[in-house]
Amino acid sequence: MWRRILALTIKELLALLKDRRSRFVLIVPPFAQLLIFGFAASFDLNDVAYAVYNEDLGEDSRALLAGFDGSPHFRLAAVLTSDEQIAPLIDNKQVMMVVHVGPRFSRDLRVRRPAAVQVIVDGRDSNTALVALGYARGIVDRFSVEWAARHGLTAPNARLETRAWFNPNLESRWFIVPGIIGLLTQVVSLLVTSLSVAREREEGTFDQLLVTPFHPAEILLGKALPGFVLGMFEASGILAIVVFAFQVPLVGSLLTLYVGLALFLIASIGVGLMISSLSLTQQQGLLGAFLFLVPSVILSGFATPIANMPPLLQEITRINPLRYFLVILRGVFLEGTPFELLLDQFWPLAVIGAVNLTVAAWLFRRRMG
Amino acid sequence: MSNAAAARRWWTAWDERTMRLRALVRKEFLQILRDPSSIAIAFLLPAVLLLLFGYGVSLDAEHVPIAVVVDRADADAAGFTGALQQSRYFTVWPMSSMVEAEKAMRERRVDAIVYLRANFARQRRGGGAAIQVLLNGVDANTARLVSGYLEGAWQKWLRQSTQGAISTFDPPVLVHERVWFNSELRSRNFLVPGLIAIIMTLIGALLTALVMAREWERGTMEALLSTPTAVAEILLGKLIPYFLLGTGGMALSVVMAVWLFEVPLRGSPILLFTASSLFLFGALGMGMLISIVAKNQFVAGQVAIIVTFLPAFLLSGFLFDIASMPAFIRALTHILPARYFVAILQTLFLAGNVRSVLVPNGLALLGMAIFFLGLSRWKSRKRLE
Amino acid sequence: MTPSALATPSGGAPEEAILDFRRVHKTFGGGKRRIPALRGVNLQARRGRITGLIGPDGAGKTTLLRLAAGLLEPDEGTILALGMDATTESLAVQSILGYMPQRFGLYEDLTVGENLNLYADLQRVPRADRAERYRELMHMTALAPFMDRLAGKLSGGMKQKLGLACTLIRSPRLLLLDEPTVGVDPVSRRELWEIVNRLVHKEGVSAFVSTLYLDEAEHCHEVVILHEGEVLGQDAPAAFSTALRGRAWTVQIAGRKPRSIQSRLAGASGVVDAVVQGERVRLVLEEGADPRIVGASAGLDGVEFTSVPPRFEDGFIDLLRKRIAPANGSRSLERSTLDAPPIQDASAPRSENRAAIEVHNLERRFGDFYAVKNLTFSVERGEVFGLLGANGAGKSTTFRMLCGLLSPSGGSLSVAGVDTRKAAAAARARLGYMSQKFSLYGNLSVAQNLHFFSSAYGLSGSRRAARLAWALEQFQLTPYADASSSELPLGYKQRLALACALMHEPDILFLDEPTSGVDPLARREFWQRINELAERSVTVLVTTHFMEEAEYCDRLAIMASGQLLALGSPSDIKRRAATPRCPEPDMEEAFIYLIENDSKRGAGP
Repeated sequence: MWRRILALTIKELLALLKDRRSRFVLIVPPFAQLLIFGFAASFDLNDVAYAVYNEDLGEDSRALLAGFDGSPHFRLAAVLTSDEQIAPLIDNKQVMMVVHVGPRFSRDLRVRRPAAVQVIVDGRDSNTALVALGYARGIVDRFSVEWAARHGLTAPNARLETRAWFNPNLESRWFIVPGIIGLLTQVVSLLVTSLSVAREREEGTFDQLLVTPFHPAEILLGKALPGFVLGMFEASGILAIVVFAFQVPLVGSLLTLYVGLALFLIASIGVGLMISSLSLTQQQGLLGAFLFLVPSVILSGFATPIANMPPLLQEITRINPLRYFLVILRGVFLEGTPFELLLDQFWPLAVIGAVNLTVAAWLFRRRMG
Repeated sequence: MSNAAAARRWWTAWDERTMRLRALVRKEFLQILRDPSSIAIAFLLPAVLLLLFGYGVSLDAEHVPIAVVVDRADADAAGFTGALQQSRYFTVWPMSSMVEAEKAMRERRVDAIVYLRANFARQRRGGGAAIQVLLNGVDANTARLVSGYLEGAWQKWLRQSTQGAISTFDPPVLVHERVWFNSELRSRNFLVPGLIAIIMTLIGALLTALVMAREWERGTMEALLSTPTAVAEILLGKLIPYFLLGTGGMALSVVMAVWLFEVPLRGSPILLFTASSLFLFGALGMGMLISIVAKNQFVAGQVAIIVTFLPAFLLSGFLFDIASMPAFIRALTHILPARYFVAILQTLFLAGNVRSVLVPNGLALLGMAIFFLGLSRWKSRKRLE
Repeated sequence: MTPSALATPSGGAPEEAILDFRRVHKTFGGGKRRIPALRGVNLQARRGRITGLIGPDGAGKTTLLRLAAGLLEPDEGTILALGMDATTESLAVQSILGYMPQRFGLYEDLTVGENLNLYADLQRVPRADRAERYRELMHMTALAPFMDRLAGKLSGGMKQKLGLACTLIRSPRLLLLDEPTVGVDPVSRRELWEIVNRLVHKEGVSAFVSTLYLDEAEHCHEVVILHEGEVLGQDAPAAFSTALRGRAWTVQIAGRKPRSIQSRLAGASGVVDAVVQGERVRLVLEEGADPRIVGASAGLDGVEFTSVPPRFEDGFIDLLRKRIAPANGSRSLERSTLDAPPIQDASAPRSENRAAIEVHNLERRFGDFYAVKNLTFSVERGEVFGLLGANGAGKSTTFRMLCGLLSPSGGSLSVAGVDTRKAAAAARARLGYMSQKFSLYGNLSVAQNLHFFSSAYGLSGSRRAARLAWALEQFQLTPYADASSSELPLGYKQRLALACALMHEPDILFLDEPTSGVDPLARREFWQRINELAERSVTVLVTTHFMEEAEYCDRLAIMASGQLLALGSPSDIKRRAATPRCPEPDMEEAFIYLIENDSKRGAGP
């Protein structure tokens, strides 16, 4: 029996890898996407264009603005001389932010009255606005502390001393890039498995396969194994790039990671095989894969946290295998989470995988009847 | 010669000239009606995607679970804990020790720890050591938001709790924040217009990519080409019905955005329609080009998804800031119609009719439409090769 | 004839060429993989005539028609259609010719009427003339009752007729038809030819028709034979056969199966062609060969050879053989080709009563529709059993049930003593299956395909190696062992598909239209192999569209609307169809007679 499954697996892999088009689809888009995603997908800002409108002539305002100038996040795009100039600049998206220092800034400071700085941001992209505001607040706060210290005043009230575990500089790339491993592994394993039966159906070889002494379960296994093997290889390749090219620290154990990967692949292959046995043509298979892929990415916590979703959607994410794998990936990569702390991620994955494969086998048998 | 006769003759001539085109358009509509998959792509897909994205993609963190560890329970500590509990941003889990809190964070039950030491009351009044906040930095974006929320809650509580008491040091410089166009900083307000752009990119390309390839696959293209129909007529015969269908999908999305997601529409609907038309022509043209080159529904579908959905999602500036991307990727974003459409939509929805944003981006869309349609026309000669 | 003479569109002599190819070359692909499709083709089609374009699959027929319709540009040479250059004036040419592609572009989700309207608009038929034209066309094609039916819901033959009607919407002067009868059952085929004949004789249309079926040459005034992109000959169909006068014979030996006589003679020297025809074997001999000497060399002494008039097919095979023979050496098979007998108790006598396939009251429903109803027959071991029927008659449903690909809704069936549907997978190891499309893994090489299928049937080690070597040698696949199977010529694909089905030496072989699209020579060779297998007690169940192939079967079952219409040996069936008007029908005539008789009976009460 195993020899026959092996023959089936080898045939499947050969058929996939000997075809120029499918070889291309399996190799080029995932790695190109990894590179583009890796560089593009970041919530960090490093080039926010801003304008300065300084009505104050004192030295203090210049010191404050020097703080903005020296920040790696901001780029000075314009210096304004009147109030009316602000609106068009922001409307036209020439600047994201305007820092407005009023005429009484230095005087207020000198008489120990709170001096105000106005920061206007473009809220059309509220996330960028919020992040930019945070940066601006930080710069102003630092100026306050330094100014107070220099003028012999006591330090301000107790401050919050914030430290971030696992990602001290809060680089969002560290968050997104390990997630890409999960995303791309899912795409590859789905593409390989969801089209495999439909392809044979279209070429007519499926009937040929069914009249051989193969048991349906053997055929199913023969279809699942290539997806598993390719998924493992592809994931390992991406993993290497993430660690060596993107320099994301891999703190935890590789073994734990691979256990998660294996469970995830099984669950994802189960979905692929379900789509495969439901679709009569490759076209339907592709559409099915796409219709599963889009919501599964959105509802996985890949880009935006699950906790922000409405409760109903949060419940739905519980059947999404990618959700669990992303926790495992980020846990192992950044937190070094040990195996036993990830058990609550492993068992849902295993359950989903078992259910998916069973349903796929059932659909598969029914389809043949 | 009577006017009526001239008009009739003009009408006959026009009737003859457009007979083929009208026949092709009529045929396409009949096909759309009989095969509901195009209607599903045009109406069902945007509705489902918009609902899914609109609710599923949110950057507004609320009820973030945080652990609060209080060494000595006094009035001050209780006061600050109470302030945190009242904030809609947090769900507070009081914990008795740092060991317990750190364990909770490792197990991902909380996203942050606020540690009030035994000397909290003294600290509050007199500087020196600080209050410790530990964040789970894995999700850097959320961590940063949480840190900002905590900072805000702390400042607010300080001001409230010290009112009337001995004057304390006020920070010498205050930041007055003003957020234009979206004062509550609702991320849905900017995400939904961006989503519309992405969804329309996908739909525009998918609609034409599949239907043109279908004609090749079913052999109907060969029959069409062997009639004296001109290539331009065949292309227009496809473009017109799917343009109308796409406009319908667009209208549905706008209605959902305004009524369901309550995104303000501050700009003019006419400009919105014009910009979407330009964009749709480009997207439909791209789909057409894909299917002319691929001539096979399967490949066309695959290519359409690869070149539209993910790039539009990641590189259009809808979720990730374009200015912060490396230069070569920034250059790449310029060839995406979605990038221009996202800028137009966000402006039209939230800011209004800002000519200086609309005109250059609109021109870019026009250029793309001309480029893709022109290339389609050029690539589809009346030959089978 | 000069081009200027051609340019006058009307009043020309009837012999005037309406389509003129001059030294036309066409090559596809680029770089290293350039595939020549046409190599210096010269041909003329005459006005007011039917010109047939005959050639095996891949001869370049479709390319030639597309060039004539202005859908492709020639690399070299000129093409004049109706006196105009088909390349530079393609729009003008397209408005006066009607081209029906192989898979005619019907919009399946549009109704018959909507399809007609679309093509009428595209051809700019004036509205006033339409009603009249539609009436004529619908009368001609008998589609009038179906105006509101979706084109996708029509039968294959009706689709073809609708395609023709759409092509004829503006009374074209030149009609180009690309294999209009492929995949169409014999009844519809005859109707299509009747329509074309009427158009040519009554409306003065000129027709240029490509076809795979050699018997259709008889419908044409003139025939062009195309082979591998070259014209082998152009003449009246009769002219091809007259050259062979005195070389065609039939032979019959009482008490011997014609099939076994045929398989002896097919390999003999001096024989160009040998086919089974009812109780007799039809022979075409080489120039100057004496039938008695040929017979003696094949071990058939003292039998009676009767001289018969040659047919078009004889001339065609003769032309092809001359063409191919030098390249391919001997194409005939040795007697010992299929050496090892299949694993079975060879001692079991042929007369053993247990049938290889038994079907009793078999039934298959799809919703309310009975695809197969009340079907009963049995197939003896070592028998070649043919399953025939028009499209939709239920033969593929039956076939799929027998192979275990579909479960019956009622009745019982047993194959090799077991129900393939219920039996363990291992029971399928005794079956071999070859599907219509020669389903192979296109990306895999020939050797990899063979390797996979032998492993699938549980072969391993030295046995697998031995069978692999056997297959490569016996099917002359050794030179192609490492080639991708998708790149093989169709004839080789067919061989490989058969080889894959035979790797495990099955007792029962299922063949689903095993020769569709394959050229006549490869078809003959294929049947020779099947004959040899049958001689070795392998049971063969075959479906086919080619009526002359039915002659190779021991017994036939003809199906119509899911039920058994006739069952018996080919001669039985022909006898049953004999009428005073047609006392000695051939297989196709018999088939049409039976089907039409049945539908009349069905329509009657």
